[in-house]
Amino acid sequence: MANRALDSADGPIGGAGLPASIEIEGLTKRFGSFTAVDGVSFQVRRGEVLGFLGPNGAGKSTTMRMLAGFMIPTAGTARIMGYDVQTHSVAARRLLGFLPEGSPTYPEMTVEGFLRFCARIRGYAGAELDDRVNHALGLTTLRGVALQPVETLSKGFKRRVGLAQALLHDPPVLVLDEPTDGLDPNQKHEVRGLIQRMAPDKAIVISTHILEEVDAVCSRAIIIAGGRIVADATPKALQEQHPSGKLEEVFRALTMEAAA
Amino acid sequence: MSTTLTIAERELRGYFATPVATVFIVIFLVLQGALTFNLGGFFDRSIADLNPFFTFLPWVFLLLIPAITMRLWAEERRLGTIELLLTLPVTQGQAVLGKFLAAWAFCAIALLLTFPFVIAVNILGSPDNGVIFAGYLGGLLVAGAFLSVGAAMSALTRNQVIAFVLGVAVCFVFAVASNPIVNDFLSHTVPALGEFTRRVAIIDRFNDFTRGIIALRDLIYFATFIGFFLFLNTVLVDQRKAD
Repeated sequence: MANRALDSADGPIGGAGLPASIEIEGLTKRFGSFTAVDGVSFQVRRGEVLGFLGPNGAGKSTTMRMLAGFMIPTAGTARIMGYDVQTHSVAARRLLGFLPEGSPTYPEMTVEGFLRFCARIRGYAGAELDDRVNHALGLTTLRGVALQPVETLSKGFKRRVGLAQALLHDPPVLVLDEPTDGLDPNQKHEVRGLIQRMAPDKAIVISTHILEEVDAVCSRAIIIAGGRIVADATPKALQEQHPSGKLEEVFRALTMEAAA
Repeated sequence: MSTTLTIAERELRGYFATPVATVFIVIFLVLQGALTFNLGGFFDRSIADLNPFFTFLPWVFLLLIPAITMRLWAEERRLGTIELLLTLPVTQGQAVLGKFLAAWAFCAIALLLTFPFVIAVNILGSPDNGVIFAGYLGGLLVAGAFLSVGAAMSALTRNQVIAFVLGVAVCFVFAVASNPIVNDFLSHTVPALGEFTRRVAIIDRFNDFTRGIIALRDLIYFATFIGFFLFLNTVLVDQRKAD
């Protein structure tokens, strides 16, 4: 396992010789005759924040679901810290913090009850469990609503409950599907700050269609359209691809081209 | 095992956090009471046993248990929490078993709440409490068998109504497999299948228990039956989780 991770340390960008925390090779998902994700490959190293961009239906969530081991790929492999998410799924998922699309939570549980459940599943007990839950509540500023049932919370709070669950075990790999969706500008700012503070010690993938977010937090951006990667570069390098210097224009040019 | 129990505990708390538990237990007790006392002629028989109670028990379960199980997986898909649960470090087997154990514990609680029947029959006469115990054990096993079927049906579809109807239908087929209408027909047309259905009939197995017989072969039957459907459930969840 460790060897395989080391072998593929020569990715396209960054990483001072560190093995990649996330390795995706030729990931493909077909639904009948429709190809949702088509041969996607990339690596993410510790310290990188990868912005995963694309129009709706481009295959962002499908790729993330396969990376989290939830969806079985038609072809290709995904590894987290060297563990294949299909063959060593439990080991891989221990090292992963995953926020699924829409931040699903059990509506009848309280915020604290839900986080305690996740912590117990992750093997924590006693004082350590209390610490973990408390820490996650603090990071996502949820202490004030800790005893409220999740169903009584607003969309922004629910999103933060999902985020707290993903951060609970301080995982080396974070995969967040639209972490700031439904948050107000202040909350967005907070979550971006949180991601930036965690960035040095983790490999983080966030999907978004808010382009300013890429500028704000990502060290690298991948644009996906029609299931294929159409760009993989730093936000700065991407901006330079269009005379206007606007990420929005680059995004439109690249994704319209792929759709045509 | 602790992961399985953590999932089971969360599930069981979920029943009591919503009106599901209250509605189920109240309806169960009312139905069992009405059927035992009215249709079953509990008092008119003047026999100190719980036979009228046990006669109706599988049929009440047949109606109510798929109502519990229909939401097991269908609800997780509707809320999207299946994606959360199955990306935590748990295996599908642990998730399936945890949900099943919670539902079974819940049925056990409902069954325990029928204790006034036992007290009543003991005040009115001197019943064979060993037979009553065997009947309760059989009832719990029937509940487990129906739950395992219903849970598998819930994994098959994201529509709760379909999960309920399929659950009732499949449970019914297994319940009455030995009924002359089914069995005579099969014995004439496909003799081998007639023999098979006689062996898998849940009601026949249950009747052994209500006569006070706790036979090893019946226990093995229920263990195999539940094990098979839990395995099927695991396969279905694995195949259809992301649909």
